[in-house]
Amino acid sequence: MGDLLSLFVNSVFIGNILLAYFLGMCSFIAVSKNVETATGLGFAVIFVLTVTSPANWLIYHGLLAPGALSWLGFPDLDLSFLKYITFIAVIAAMVQAVEMIIDKYSPLLYAALGVFLPLIAVNCAILGTSLFMVERNHTFIESVVFGAGSGTGWMLAIVSMAAIRKKVRYADVPEGLQGFGMTMIIAGLMAMTFMMFSGITL
Amino acid sequence: MFKSKEEYLEILTKGIWTENPVAFQVLGICSALAVTVKMSTAIVMSIALTAVTAFSSLIISMLRKRIPSNIRIIVELAIIASLVIVTDEILKAFFYDISKQLSIFVGLIITNCIVLGRAEAFAMANPPIDSFVDGVANGLGYSMILIAVAFFRELLGSGKLFGFSVIPQFIYDLGFQDMGLMVLAPGAFFLIGLLVWLKNTLPGISTEKR
Repeated sequence: MGDLLSLFVNSVFIGNILLAYFLGMCSFIAVSKNVETATGLGFAVIFVLTVTSPANWLIYHGLLAPGALSWLGFPDLDLSFLKYITFIAVIAAMVQAVEMIIDKYSPLLYAALGVFLPLIAVNCAILGTSLFMVERNHTFIESVVFGAGSGTGWMLAIVSMAAIRKKVRYADVPEGLQGFGMTMIIAGLMAMTFMMFSGITL
Repeated sequence: MFKSKEEYLEILTKGIWTENPVAFQVLGICSALAVTVKMSTAIVMSIALTAVTAFSSLIISMLRKRIPSNIRIIVELAIIASLVIVTDEILKAFFYDISKQLSIFVGLIITNCIVLGRAEAFAMANPPIDSFVDGVANGLGYSMILIAVAFFRELLGSGKLFGFSVIPQFIYDLGFQDMGLMVLAPGAFFLIGLLVWLKNTLPGISTEKR
């Protein structure tokens, strides 16, 4: 249990998928102009990550990993090179399914998240989390916790960025630095504060 | 089928400088920064991305009249993902050490906004050779930023270039210290911010307003 909690805290703060590994930057910069939309996208990312990370774990360890197909009589088969194309297809399919399920059962949630769901399919944070999960040899339970933790960390980063950008609009930023340049400097300062958590051990 | 040299040159300069992807279309920074701690990984990553962008643009442009428009994103992603698999296997076969250091970031070329962005914006509407040149140009524009960031991170962060120490010992004796911040994540963010600032103040480029 302690291990899982430590993995969660680690993936939210120290190994923050956005501020330490630079994943999901595109939507981070495009959608962080407004706190409400940033929160909506953040929840959508947490949700999709918590679903796709274990789904890709099952597919990787059930079909693609070296020796995974031994139950079919192919003990030497190594399909792990197919992981990129499989993961991206699973993510796109999952996002589509999630969109349809939410639309059917919770129109209110759909109205809030619907716009963002297609965007998420090409978000590198989602594919990155699945690839990290394979590279770090997580177990099934760990992959769920890692997915949820990465999503939470991403949301925390984008919501605070949206709030800071709102304040920066009233600041006197040098002309050439306005917009994108300033956003990167703020992200750098945020990354520094997130690194302060690296002393924590649970 | 072929155009004059000047027209290809124009496509090239557009991609490399005037409409450089990283700074102005705010695309493709995703996978760029994590591999910029060292020059060697940044250069290999740049070559891989340029190759994938160029060939995916070429293939998609050749197929552009046959791809039904409502499933085009899936088709484009499948083409890009196949090219990335080929690139990854080549890296594993010939540059195993660097491929280990690049870890998941070669795979993340699939979701790199530049590749899909060029496929959508240029290759779907232009002939194959133009699209190939455009892909090379955008790949090189991205490489320029990536290698510039890697240059400063490796030089200031560990006093080395390509793994060789370049800062002479007497400067250290005078009290100079490597800047540990540059090796860590925030250094990359600051450098990109400063590079954009530099680029915005240079002439000849459209500036972006907040």
